Amino acid sequence: MENLYLMFAPLLSSKLMIVLVFGTLFGLILGVLPGLGPTTGGALILPFTMTLDPLSAIVLLTAIYCSATYGGAITAVLINTPGTPAAAATCLDGYPLAQKGEAGRALGMATVSSTIGGIFSVIVLVFFAPLLAQLAYEFGQPEYFALAIFGLTMLASIGEGSPIKNLIAGAFGILISTIGKDFMTSIERFTYGINELSEGIGFIPVVVGLFAISEMLTQSTSLDQIFKRVALKAVKLPSILDYKKTWKTILRSSGIGSFIGVLPAEGGTVASLIGYSEAKRWSKNPEEFGKGSVEGIAGAEAANNAATGGAMVPTLALGIPGSATTAVILTGLIIHGVRPGPDLFREQPEFLYGIFGSMLIANILFFIFGFFGAKIFARITLVPNKLLWPMIFAVSVCGTYSLSQSMLDVWIMLFFGVIGFFMRRYGFSVVPVIIGLILGELVEGTLRQSLVIFEGNWLLFLTRPIVVTFFILSLIALIFPLLRKKKKYE
Amino acid sequence: MNNVQKQKRANKSLPFFFKDEFKVSFIIILISTVLLISTFSFDIVPPILNRGIQPATFPKGLLVLIIVLTSIVYYLSFKKPWEIKKKLPQPFFLTLLSFVFFIFISKTLDFFLAISLLSVFVSYCWGERRVFYLILVSIIFPIIVFIFFETILGLRFPPGIITNIYYQV
Repeated sequence: MENLYLMFAPLLSSKLMIVLVFGTLFGLILGVLPGLGPTTGGALILPFTMTLDPLSAIVLLTAIYCSATYGGAITAVLINTPGTPAAAATCLDGYPLAQKGEAGRALGMATVSSTIGGIFSVIVLVFFAPLLAQLAYEFGQPEYFALAIFGLTMLASIGEGSPIKNLIAGAFGILISTIGKDFMTSIERFTYGINELSEGIGFIPVVVGLFAISEMLTQSTSLDQIFKRVALKAVKLPSILDYKKTWKTILRSSGIGSFIGVLPAEGGTVASLIGYSEAKRWSKNPEEFGKGSVEGIAGAEAANNAATGGAMVPTLALGIPGSATTAVILTGLIIHGVRPGPDLFREQPEFLYGIFGSMLIANILFFIFGFFGAKIFARITLVPNKLLWPMIFAVSVCGTYSLSQSMLDVWIMLFFGVIGFFMRRYGFSVVPVIIGLILGELVEGTLRQSLVIFEGNWLLFLTRPIVVTFFILSLIALIFPLLRKKKKYE
Repeated sequence: MNNVQKQKRANKSLPFFFKDEFKVSFIIILISTVLLISTFSFDIVPPILNRGIQPATFPKGLLVLIIVLTSIVYYLSFKKPWEIKKKLPQPFFLTLLSFVFFIFISKTLDFFLAISLLSVFVSYCWGERRVFYLILVSIIFPIIVFIFFETILGLRFPPGIITNIYYQV
């Protein structure tokens, strides 16, 4: 009962409500604009959160996460371009349905299923995060090492790019985390005499570079692209017939999305693809998929929004990001002096339940804004790239500079922008770099501390059951995508 | 015959070192090897203070992993060649060039002048010709951003010809 009160405390605070409303609106704008998204937006807004208290800051970031994930559906339905990668599967049926003159119905289904998926995942978060945190008390350094390795091997199956390329990108991310003074011995690594590199490379310059600047370069290669926008009169609530047709799909995809979200490193993109394919597999009318099936929209949208709450579970309980955006939220937590993990659940329940409640309210808010304002948000896509991206560049540069007031951070951002562009061009996803960068310190730190405990004997890792379990899961995570690919070719 | 088929045929006749698969794999392996060699110059912790592994061991392992995985990617490209990419258009190179100018101008003249010039240059190169919009992205918007960061975050931007005038006033 007390926890329930703590959850809805944000409703009582006008400041938090303003933050929530602003975060939801900002997230919707980010989601609607192709190329931007919750990860870039979260990274760009992180400097501004320094003016807020920790709870408001994280509430802002999570509201952006929830609503931007939904916002991607608006563009997916109306211009056949996913606003966020997680909305890619929504295009498959959303746009064909909109072309039939039923854009309102398509968006209505996307809005309702996103909201149900999002709320479902918050319930999962409320129940499972404390349980996982309780389990984390059993974890020592070797267990955390094995868990981080599991998180990294999950990169093989994040959906974008080939599994091996994803692993290379993940290893690159970890390598970046080794730049600077070694935390155990203070020996400098890869600094090459540049004093400013001693403290290592910041997370934000890398994220903004890999996401915003590389996207700007990508946009410069497709200036002749013309979007065909489908007209939208108003968003319509699904009919009773549509509800009857899709309620099982929505529930199934909510479960799938929440489960995939909980897995380290996996996010909304994988969730929506699996949610969509499962919706098709269980459907009585699979032949309608790809031609404007409401089940297809519901399957993809419920799953990608359900992944938001799921991804927060390992982030808050273990400090292992469930997706690229939760890696940004994790950075936000650390910047504000909040250390995620089991102690957080014991010492600051009001903080955690505040986040849970805010996510719940954010899901309701984006339903309202999406339902009544989708038409207005869709107009944002009319802002031409030739105006939008120079503006995003200005905000990116100032935001990156502001965190540690260092011009080196700005150069690093530009450098990673160029790297990110070429990575994407040649089929390397940039998401594993982010996950690798944030997990790098944990992997190396726990490995070295474990070896100290084991007096250098690597075989002692295999004497701990939790470690062995994670190693087996890691092997499965590595083999599964390769098998799936082989099956696909056959 | 469409352009893609023409390109595919042209790509088949290309020597291996002109193919993307080779170029990308070669660059990754080359950089990784250089970095790997540089790890041998990292300081070594004396055995009495050493706990666990040496500071260079972990990055060494990562670099070897990257080299091995890249070799596998290259090997797999024989079975399934990479998709042929379109040539990069002129606006891409101009945008890239604007980054170089941005670094130069922000180091020598002024941070905000660099942002303004980059914005107007990129916007123009991407096809914007309307004067009002060019002024919007190059002057009005950077000023809004500057004031926002300056007043709300209390941020002090690096000195330069424009920022100095603002701070002196």
